[in-house]
Amino acid sequence: MRAAVVVFPGSNCDRDLAVAFRQAGADVTMVWHKDDALPEGIDIVGIPGGFSYGDYLRCGAIAAQSPICKSVSAHAERGGYVLGICNGFQVLTETGLLPGALLRNAGLKYICKTVGLKVETSQSDFTAGYNAGDVINIPIAHHDGNYFADAETIAQLQGEDRIAFTYTDNPNGALADVAGILSPNRRVLGMMPHPERAADVGHGGTDGTALFRALAGALTTA
Amino acid sequence: MKARVHVMLKNGVLDPQGEAVRHALGALGFEGVKGVRQGKVIELDLADGTTEADVTRMCEKLLANTVIESYSVEVA
Repeated sequence: MRAAVVVFPGSNCDRDLAVAFRQAGADVTMVWHKDDALPEGIDIVGIPGGFSYGDYLRCGAIAAQSPICKSVSAHAERGGYVLGICNGFQVLTETGLLPGALLRNAGLKYICKTVGLKVETSQSDFTAGYNAGDVINIPIAHHDGNYFADAETIAQLQGEDRIAFTYTDNPNGALADVAGILSPNRRVLGMMPHPERAADVGHGGTDGTALFRALAGALTTA
Repeated sequence: MKARVHVMLKNGVLDPQGEAVRHALGALGFEGVKGVRQGKVIELDLADGTTEADVTRMCEKLLANTVIESYSVEVA
């Protein structure tokens, strides 16, 4: 598996994400927001958490217009894999690669804690290492994680089995308890929780490891 | 030319910040406030020849997220 991790000014989970990919066996290249092309032969692009461009205008809005994001969109349109975590999920909704938007948390507070996530589908190369219905513990750390989409979009996500994870105890007001969603081809995953922060015993939990291992398995044999 | 863009959360999209402001106003004794919606104003200083249609495109591409926000353009 060859992974690229995008670094924006204000990204702060980029190195954690690179470590999680490497632990799963990936060859990882960091790419800068001003780069206008991804390295050759990249299987998956990771868009990390953080506060890209200081969250100016809207979370992820400026990042979505950056030179590297045009290449990321082209990669996704060619059928490439993309994993957007936290601010990365916000960037993916702003680019239009995933539907909906992330609003301010309903309780207005920044929330940083480990939450329960229900795996809604194992039918993706991100979630194949879990069983549908599994409850895993993964940290969240966000101020704008309140997933919103119109009723038609939510129904479509549910109907197409594209909700990857839901919160067992909704912390932020997200519609339908959505914590993570998949693209129509199931190769783009955006999620607010941080699996890369639950990928080492030193983190206090390793429930995120299965996501990276499943990806490595799928993308190594491909 | 100057343009002023107003960006608001769409009706039906929960505005927790506006709701918090409404609560705070109530706590200050302003009891007549039934609802508060908070948005943003973006002022653009534009070169001659820039049209209102250009500003609309700016709104669609960047200034507003039309999934959750509506916008209006005022040209001065």
